[in-house]
Amino acid sequence: MTEMKTAQQQRTFGASLRPREDVGFLRGEAIFTADYTPPGTLHMELLRSEHGHARIVDIDTTVAAAMPGVRAVVTGADIADKLLPLPCVWIPGGVESHFPPHPYGVPGAGFVLAQERVRFIGEPVVAVVAETVYQAHDAIKAVRVEYEPLPAVTDPREALAEGAPLLHEAVPGNLNAYWTCGDKDGTDAAIAEAEVVIELDIVNQRTINNPLEPRAAVGEYDPATDEYTLHATSQSPHNHRFLLAALVLGIPFNKLRLVATNIGGSFGTKGYLYPDMPLVLFLAKRLGAPVKWVDTRNGLMRSTVQGRDHTQKVVLAGTRDGKITAVRCTSWSNLGGYPSTIGPGVATALMGRSISGPYEIPHAFAEVYAVFTNVVPLGAQRGSGRAEATYLMERLVDRYAAEIGKDPAAIRLQNMVPADRFPYDNGLGWEYDSGDYPTALRLALQRAGYDDIAAERAKAKERGKLLGVGISSYVAICGVGPSTRMSKEGMLGGTWESANVRVHPSGEIALTIGSQSTGQSHETVFAQITADVLQVDMDVIRVYRSDTQKAPYGQGTYGSRSYSVGGPAVHLASMKILNKMREAAAYFFEVAESAVDYRDGVFSVPGDADRTKTFADLAMALWYGWNLKPGMEPTLDETVFFDPPDFNYPFGSHVAIVEVDPTTGEIELVRYVAVDDSGPIGNPLVVQGQVEGSIVHGIGQALIEAARFDADGQLLTDDLRTYAIPRAADVPFFVLDRTVTPSPHNQLGVKGSGETATVPAAAAISNAICDAIGVADIPMPITPEKVWRALQDGATR
Amino acid sequence: MRTGLTVNGAPVAADVEPRMLLVDLLRDTLGLTGTKVGCDTGQCGSCVVHVNGLSAKSCAILAVSAEGADVTTIEGARPGEPRGLDALQTELADTHGTQCGFCTPGMVMSLHELLRRNPKPSEADIRTWLTGNLCRCTGYHSVVRAVLQLVAKADGQALSAGLEVS
Repeated sequence: MTEMKTAQQQRTFGASLRPREDVGFLRGEAIFTADYTPPGTLHMELLRSEHGHARIVDIDTTVAAAMPGVRAVVTGADIADKLLPLPCVWIPGGVESHFPPHPYGVPGAGFVLAQERVRFIGEPVVAVVAETVYQAHDAIKAVRVEYEPLPAVTDPREALAEGAPLLHEAVPGNLNAYWTCGDKDGTDAAIAEAEVVIELDIVNQRTINNPLEPRAAVGEYDPATDEYTLHATSQSPHNHRFLLAALVLGIPFNKLRLVATNIGGSFGTKGYLYPDMPLVLFLAKRLGAPVKWVDTRNGLMRSTVQGRDHTQKVVLAGTRDGKITAVRCTSWSNLGGYPSTIGPGVATALMGRSISGPYEIPHAFAEVYAVFTNVVPLGAQRGSGRAEATYLMERLVDRYAAEIGKDPAAIRLQNMVPADRFPYDNGLGWEYDSGDYPTALRLALQRAGYDDIAAERAKAKERGKLLGVGISSYVAICGVGPSTRMSKEGMLGGTWESANVRVHPSGEIALTIGSQSTGQSHETVFAQITADVLQVDMDVIRVYRSDTQKAPYGQGTYGSRSYSVGGPAVHLASMKILNKMREAAAYFFEVAESAVDYRDGVFSVPGDADRTKTFADLAMALWYGWNLKPGMEPTLDETVFFDPPDFNYPFGSHVAIVEVDPTTGEIELVRYVAVDDSGPIGNPLVVQGQVEGSIVHGIGQALIEAARFDADGQLLTDDLRTYAIPRAADVPFFVLDRTVTPSPHNQLGVKGSGETATVPAAAAISNAICDAIGVADIPMPITPEKVWRALQDGATR
Repeated sequence: MRTGLTVNGAPVAADVEPRMLLVDLLRDTLGLTGTKVGCDTGQCGSCVVHVNGLSAKSCAILAVSAEGADVTTIEGARPGEPRGLDALQTELADTHGTQCGFCTPGMVMSLHELLRRNPKPSEADIRTWLTGNLCRCTGYHSVVRAVLQLVAKADGQALSAGLEVS
């Protein structure tokens, strides 16, 4: 017993090891893309559209071109026959869809520089390259663009109306796609026959991710080899290399190398192709010098993909005694002026198929109108699609509970998929892999002190405060995904992940992964898997990634997939190494493989002191390659590509407790309890950080964040003075707990965890505030002013 | 214009345009890229350095207005030995107080001043002080926890319940 316990304690999988990369961050030594400036670098600046919708009448670059230090001024006309439009590679699956054109017949996603027309406020129109950043900045100011403003449309429902301004000739009525899932007739009938029907209009408002690091790109061209190198803030370097080479630059794949250094946060935004990426490469070749571009915060707000933005009509039907019988969602998704690289897929499948949440609901139906309007292109934001689905369901459940006079926790427990019902087909296209939803909710309620909430409410009232409690339960599809399945969801590409384990003759290990960290401690958490399998010290493992010339192909970090799809690849590659070493040891020891024991870095035959070899000795022997078992290849170098059999479905329940000051409408988050289940946890410290950050992201949307455009498509919230993101004083410490339900879809049992805790957070906050002030609904962001006005309008408890 | 200042203890003289920002002098002219630029408008705090001992946003200061100043960046504030961490940085490493790492140098510089002014800040003191430093990854918890842990250790006290890390 004692021995087993010791072995358990020494396991690196599951240990809260301090992330090794943190030292470089804390010392300011870690290199980000904007820190990379090769000798002779020129600087590019972009002139972005000033209009939401306008025709470009004339561009006068003569003054700018003659300014000091200016090396190039490039307009859309200059590159029209040299750079192809960007592609869109995740389209609404299984339905007819319409896109701007691309000459190769793939869905187009807009031009590198605007051609004749601009369709959103941040669209790049002119690029200037100069010897210094300041010179480029001056020259951009000297470019004169004459626009003829066109009528704009920013609301997706208005964009579908007769006579609305048309954005793309190839997209009739501005409708990218009408997409549905589920059982329409059954759902409609269940609603028509229901004892109780709850209807809500929800605006899941547009948000701006705002990673702290604005995007950047550095292009280099080597005339000696005719090869390009792009350093960029890309969370999908291999994918972006492929799309840029094949579909934008039109160069051989072999001629482009993409390197992503450290990435300063992404939350979904850096998995997209942006015009600056091909531009710096094109201009580097033309000018014979490296070309660097670093975005500003204002540029980020106007051009980096934005999140959420679903306008919804949602309906829940149920019985008087609390059984939910149907849920229906009609959603208008605002794609913006162009499709982003994967935006249309995010806006449809990830939201629509998720609306029934953790509940067993006989009839469910979702329909999404994906619509182009004159705002910034839509992409993913942490928890994308699933957060919007959870928000609508959790608001509906609370309204339903209030309507029939039942406890919202009890209603949830009554309707959750029972733990013995997995795998569970949710009727909308997802098959939930494993879970125990009621247990997670009960634990959250217990940690929140739910049973004593009435007393707490009364005490708050004595202090003149209105206390409210909000529950939010969720299940979030993660681990994208099985490639064949994703192709049916409209993904134009594979969604597997990879790992290479190479053991050096010294016994040290290079672990190279195909995915790309944007702050998830990959250099530590993946090494933990290899250290666990090979029973070696973490210090001998070095993790490499994100250079397409060195790393095996991978699809990148998004949809909480790196660990739950890449992790199993690391595990399999490490196992292959171990198995080969065991086979080699057996040959050297002249025994059967089953007689070889491996423990703490030593291969041995138990009871035979002469037959032992250390991990490093064996690595060296395989490096020399002398007297190997016939047929065995020298060296230890294994690559594995893992394509999971299905997605994985983390879940959980969150409880928020707020106090509202009725005299000011101010909201204080008193307590926040999160119980999440992401299966076995590889590094609890790292996951704790992901969960805490995720929750704050959701709280930001609930309380303070909103991207606002005026009717002409002008962005009114275009910097951090006008767009609020949560600050340290806005949140208390959270109470975190977890249950552990392994996924059957990978050998580690792991599920996604990078964004899952964002998914329920906004609804927990909204539910708590509605409970506190006794209103049916209040739109996000729920500001003190809205709360105060709601109270003035007669809300009482 | 010629401007002279002290950066990380060494005299620096540079020809700068009057409009050049201090952060650009530090990053582009002097190659001190530990200081980051996140927002250009003085909101995010990624560019915090010390000017004459006080934390300041170097994107909101002209290089020429730092004439004669004593400027310290993260490169001058960290221990000299490779991979060395000071007491605060050690706690931040222990609590995983950095994820993507972009806001981190600014956070460290800002917290150094807090701890100099107030060696025993309360949770509220820390949260209020960090108003000028935005982080999108951590939700601030691990950062605040690190400072509280530092204070608790200095006092020889255990952290209060609920603050322990995984």
